[in-house]
Amino acid sequence: MVTGKSVVFKNKGLPYVLLAPEVALTAVFFIVPAVQALLMAFYREDAFGLSRVFIGLGNFERVLSDVRYVQSIWTTLGFSVAVAVLTMVLALFFASLANNVGKKAIYYQTIIISPYAVAPLVAGVMWFFLMSPAVGVVAYFLRTLGITWNHSIIPWQAFTLVVVASSWQRIAYNFLFYLAGMQMIPDSLLESAAIDGSGPVSRFWRITFPLLSPTTFFLAIVNTIYVFFYTFPVIHTLTEGGPNNSTATMVYRIYRDGFRSLDYGGSSAQSVILMAFVMVFVLIQFRYVERRVYY
Amino acid sequence: MRKIALLVCVVLLLPSFLFAAGEPEEVEPEFPLEIEMWIGLGGALGEEIERMAADFNAMQDEYLVNVVEQGDYAEAMTSAIAAYRAGNPPHILQVYDVGTGTMHGNPEVVYPVYQLMEDYDRPFDTDDVLDQVTAYYSDLDGNMLSFPFNSSTPIFYYNVDAFREAGLDPNDPPETWHDIEEYAEALVGTGNYTAGFTFQWPSWTNMENFSAWHDIPMGTLANGLDGWGTEFVYNIPEHVHHMEALADFADRGLFQYGGRGGDAGPLFTAGDVPMYIASSAAYAGIAESADFEFNASFLPYWPEIIDSPQNSIIGGGSLWVMEGHSDIEYEGVAEFFEYLSSTEVQASWHQFSGYLPITDSAWELTREQGFYDEIPIHNTAIEQITLSEPTDNSRGIRFGNYVQGRSVILDAMEAIFAGDAGAQEALDEAVQRGNALLREFEETVAR
Repeated sequence: MVTGKSVVFKNKGLPYVLLAPEVALTAVFFIVPAVQALLMAFYREDAFGLSRVFIGLGNFERVLSDVRYVQSIWTTLGFSVAVAVLTMVLALFFASLANNVGKKAIYYQTIIISPYAVAPLVAGVMWFFLMSPAVGVVAYFLRTLGITWNHSIIPWQAFTLVVVASSWQRIAYNFLFYLAGMQMIPDSLLESAAIDGSGPVSRFWRITFPLLSPTTFFLAIVNTIYVFFYTFPVIHTLTEGGPNNSTATMVYRIYRDGFRSLDYGGSSAQSVILMAFVMVFVLIQFRYVERRVYY
Repeated sequence: MRKIALLVCVVLLLPSFLFAAGEPEEVEPEFPLEIEMWIGLGGALGEEIERMAADFNAMQDEYLVNVVEQGDYAEAMTSAIAAYRAGNPPHILQVYDVGTGTMHGNPEVVYPVYQLMEDYDRPFDTDDVLDQVTAYYSDLDGNMLSFPFNSSTPIFYYNVDAFREAGLDPNDPPETWHDIEEYAEALVGTGNYTAGFTFQWPSWTNMENFSAWHDIPMGTLANGLDGWGTEFVYNIPEHVHHMEALADFADRGLFQYGGRGGDAGPLFTAGDVPMYIASSAAYAGIAESADFEFNASFLPYWPEIIDSPQNSIIGGGSLWVMEGHSDIEYEGVAEFFEYLSSTEVQASWHQFSGYLPITDSAWELTREQGFYDEIPIHNTAIEQITLSEPTDNSRGIRFGNYVQGRSVILDAMEAIFAGDAGAQEALDEAVQRGNALLREFEETVAR
């Protein structure tokens, strides 16, 4: 993108003034709390902040030697892979169907996108009412089929439930991107492949899917971050991290230990660990997965 | 570059200027003085507390008690702590049973209630208060640090219609866990129920109260009431026996675990599970949503552990006065507490909510008013808690970090009931994790 002319902005102060609100917001809501969390992670403090003892890496040691915390790292990883795979596969499937229905596509699109308009907390409550072992409609139906549904005690059911509930909303988002990606693919490419005798399945795998790889890569990263940070409302309304810690993801534990149990030091240490974790995760994705992406 | 640095400085300092500008100036007190009371109850109970405050506000014109519902108990406590750290705590804070240790462990933030009432010459007769309640909220010298307000105890509810249908005598409810097993088999045998029994607040009903009811310890040093050096011992054979039995009942479909907190409630009220161990304060909710006849009796016990049961202990909340306000406002708090502790107010709160009458005189008054002839269940709870002279195992509990400590117990229970771990193994692990939390708390409060 080299052009001959470059525009020089004369007023040197104005850009800073214009940037100030954004910088202020970032400082107040992100940088200051992040620095505080970082500092707090090295102290042991009572709930009211009356005593503060520097304990070095004590909080990290305590958190990382807790088998439940290590378990929650695995839970988070499993959860993120499950949600990412489930949403992307289904979204890709729906998008390829919707892309082929011609003029009525708009109706299908609207229907598939609509869950995205539901607030996550409301979605959680909705799933709660569907699946609750006490009052849930689906749970009742399963019982008539002889299947015991009680996610308050059976770990795999709780895990499945939060995966499905989190994915349900996320499919809409993924669908939008896949559909847009597909519409970007020139028809001429697909047509010429068809003339060469390529069937719909082979056209999908040899042309559409590779050309969607930037979208897939983008979604893989965004979905991971979604699972790491934004699945909180669903877990909070459905399982509160239980039973026996089986759905306590890293971010849920930060909330629970910090805001329920008032263990600010441990909770801060966890948020530092989470931050490092996500950075490494995204780095790996960029370093190794991006190589397979065709732009 | 220097400009950027300057800008960053300005931006970072901006909030402090804003807050500095927002600080109120010293002014002459303006009547009525506002007294903030933060509570962790909502719904009908929250409204009733607001109504009580409104009555007090109407009685005098110097103080205005402003009741603020702060979500659930945990949220109320977290908000108050944040407010305290910001230098603006509420005057009165309702704290739940598991948060009691945290309040006791931080005496700097608390204006002890006995002291408050003494300082402002208000009557506060702790002799009239039930022993189990006094023990729960007093310091080592026997001084009451918080104002007991909503105390409840778990009782055994049962579906009378279901009993009749299964050929069981509703006037002869189960007394022991062996009876429960037998009754549950009969009830499940009808094919109309998903399980025989369930319970809410699993740790409170089947660990804390189970211990007191069987006069066995949960922790050393009188369950922590005698000092922060307490250690958990709930992996003793009696607890293991109970947990093993519950796991066996779950396995045989006699018991259905309904989740943490009050989540199990709908299982009972929807008529799916006919026997239910729940708080005495759950009465109003059950009465409202159950379309069957129900009754309640004492908690079941294991005759192989104790010949006749000891007494149950309380849960619920109490009101703490927080430091950081002026004398003139505290005078209002003292006056409000005097109003709240009056026999009439206590009796009416007890009758409305199903929480225990805190004082003997409120109990007496309720009896005289014939309330128990109408709703005998409320008397069941208070009789159960006063059944015997409390021992070190049944006065109450006080553990530091107990929000987490209780969660550790629930983790163990869930693993046991799901059949993922043996009772001994799971309780051993829980005791170990719980003790680590206790030691941590001990270090934090040793200052």
